[in-house]
Amino acid sequence: MSGHSTYQPQSRFMQWFERRLPIVSFMHASFVAYPTPRNLNYWWTFGGILSLMLAIQIVTGIVLAMHYTPHVDHAFVSVETIMRDVNYGWLLRYLHANGASMFFLAAYIHMFRGMYYGSYKDPREVLWILGVILLFLMIATGFMGYVLPWGQMSFWAAKVITSLFGAIPVVGDSIVTWLWGGYSVGNPTLNRFYSLHYLLPFVIAGVVILHVWALHEVGQNNPTGVEPKSDKETVPFTPYATVKDSFLMVVFLILLAWFVFYLPNYLGHADNYIPANPLVTPAHIVPEWYYLPFYAILRAIPSKLGGVIALGASIVILAFLPWLDTSRVRSAAYRPLYRQFFWIFVLVCIGLGWLGAKPAEGGYVIAARFLTAWYFLHFLVILPILGLIEKPKPLPNSISEAVLREGVPIGAPAPAPSGTKH
Amino acid sequence: MTTMSSAEPTRRDFLYIATGVVGAVGAAAAVWPLIAQMNPDASTIAAGAPIEVDLAPIAEGQVIKVVWRGNPIFISHRTQKEIEEARAVDVGSLPDPQSDQQRVKQGHDQWLVLVGICTHLGCVPLTRQGDYNGFFCPCHGSHYDTSGRIRRGPAPANLPLPPYEFVADSKIRIG
Ligand code: HEM
Ligand code: FES
Repeated sequence: MSGHSTYQPQSRFMQWFERRLPIVSFMHASFVAYPTPRNLNYWWTFGGILSLMLAIQIVTGIVLAMHYTPHVDHAFVSVETIMRDVNYGWLLRYLHANGASMFFLAAYIHMFRGMYYGSYKDPREVLWILGVILLFLMIATGFMGYVLPWGQMSFWAAKVITSLFGAIPVVGDSIVTWLWGGYSVGNPTLNRFYSLHYLLPFVIAGVVILHVWALHEVGQNNPTGVEPKSDKETVPFTPYATVKDSFLMVVFLILLAWFVFYLPNYLGHADNYIPANPLVTPAHIVPEWYYLPFYAILRAIPSKLGGVIALGASIVILAFLPWLDTSRVRSAAYRPLYRQFFWIFVLVCIGLGWLGAKPAEGGYVIAARFLTAWYFLHFLVILPILGLIEKPKPLPNSISEAVLREGVPIGAPAPAPSGTKH
Repeated sequence: MTTMSSAEPTRRDFLYIATGVVGAVGAAAAVWPLIAQMNPDASTIAAGAPIEVDLAPIAEGQVIKVVWRGNPIFISHRTQKEIEEARAVDVGSLPDPQSDQQRVKQGHDQWLVLVGICTHLGCVPLTRQGDYNGFFCPCHGSHYDTSGRIRRGPAPANLPLPPYEFVADSKIRIG
C-alpha cells in the first residue's frame, strides 16, 4: 500500500521484530502516515463506520452463537431464552439485529457517496467492484441471519428467496431441492444457513481487506474529484482522518443505541415473534427494510423468471457503472445535469423501497414498474448520454484552488472544514 | 516455462496437459461429495414415503390440509357448482392450459388434490378465496380457480398435482 512510512522502530525488540515481520510499519504506513486529501468531508467517514459495524456484528454474533441452537424445534425457543434468561442477552440480540440495519444504512450512504463524487471512475474501478461484491455478501449474510430465529417471517423469507432459484429453466427445481436439503424448507436448511451465516462475515472481512488494499493503491477520491497534486494537498491519516472518522462513528453509534434502547423492534416485524409454521403464510410478507427496493423490482415484473432476472440485474448493473458513466469528470459538484439526475435516482431508490413494503396491487404495481424502469434507464441510457451531452463546469486546477475559492486559506493549521458545505 | 519453443508439441507439453487433466478430474472428484452432501439425506428421503388419507370425513365444500414431504397438500371436496365453474372455461384462454378433467382422477370429479404451494415463490395460498373462488396467494396476489389453475397474478403455472391414487373409493395414497 502506498504512503511512505516514517515509522522508525525505537526499542531493540521492535527493531528485531520489524526485520522479521514488518507489520507495524505496514500499519503505520496505512493508517497513520497515509496521506488523505485535505478536503474530505463527512461523507468519507462511512468506510470507517462500516468497518466498525462489521466488527460489532462479528462480536455480538459470536456471543449469540454461544446460546443459539440451530434446530427447527429449538431455534425459536433458544432466541427467546437469549431474550429472557441469558445475561444481557436482550442487549446482544438487539445490537445484532439493529446493527444489521445500521450496517446496511451505512453501506447505502457509502455507495451513494461514491456515485455522487464519481469515486468509481478510473483508476478506482476494481475498488468499486469489490464494494459491489461486499454489498452482495452482506445481502446474503443478512438474509441467512434473519432465518435463524425461525419465526414466521424467517421461515417465509427463506421459502420465498430460495424459490427464486426455481425460476431457472430446467434445473431450477433440482437446485431448490439442493438448497433446501429436503422437499421443503426444513431443519437441513436451517443448519446450513447457520453454518454460512457464521462463515460469510469472515469472507466479508477478507474482501474488506482487498477493498482497503485497492483504496490505498489508488488513493482516496475527494469532493472535487481532482487528484491531489502535491503533499500540501494531503494530510496524514492520523490524526486528521482518525479523529474525523471517530467523531462520526460516535454519532452513528448514538443512532444505533437509540434504536437498541428505545425502538428495538421498530425495524423488525411482529410476525417474527410467532414460531415458524410451514402451513400458514402470514397475510403480508415483506423483507427487512434494507431489501425493499430490490423486492419492489422483483414484484414489478409480471413474470417469475423476468422478476428474478431484474432483481439480479439491479445489483449486477452496479458493477458496470464505471463503464456506463461516460463522463470524464468525477465529482457531481462540476456536473450540473448529472447532479440533478443523481438526486432523482436517490428518490427513485427510496420510492422503490416504499413500494416494496406495499401490497402488490393496483397503483402500487404501476408505480413500481415505472420506478424499476427508471432505475435501469438511469444506468443504461441516462448516464451514457449525459457524459456526451453535458457541459461540465470548469474544474479547479487543484484541490488547493478549489478550497481557496471557498475562502479557506491554504496552509491553515487544521484541514479545511469543507464537510459542512455539502 | 517450456525451454523449447518449437511449433511441434513436445513430450513435455503432453505431460503438462496430461497432469493438468488428471488434476482437474481429481479436483472434480473431491468437490463432488462436498456438493452432493447438500441434497436430501437418506432420512429425509425415507420420511418422504407415501401417506394414506381417508376422505370419508371431508364434507362437501370442505378443504383439508395434510402434510406430505413437509409441504401442505390441499384436498378439496368440491361442490357441483365448483366443478361446473372449473369446466365452463375455455381451456385455450388459460395461462397454463389444462382442462379440469386432466387435473382430477376419472370418476372422482369432486376430489381435487393439490400441492398447496404457490408456483410463484412458494407461499401457501388461502383456500376458497380470490377472484375465482378457488385459491388466493396473499404474497404477491396470484388467483387460482376451483381447479387450482392459475388465472391471474405473477404465478407462472397451475398448482401442481402430487402423485396420488385411489386405493379405495374414499381413500387415497399420496406419493
Ligand atoms: C456481516 C455481519 C452480520 C450481519 C449483517 C448479520 C445479520 C443478522 C440478522 C439480520 C439476524 C437476525 C436477527 C433477528 O431478527 O433476531 C442475525 C441473527 C444471528 N446471527 Fe448474525 N449477522 C452478522 C454476523 C454474524 C456473525 C459473525 C455471527 C457469529 C456466529 C452471527 C450469529 C448470529 C446468530 C447466532 C443469530 C441468531 C440469533 C438472533 O436471531 O438474534 N452473525 N444476524
Ligand atoms: S408466492 Fe404466491 S404470489 Fe408470490
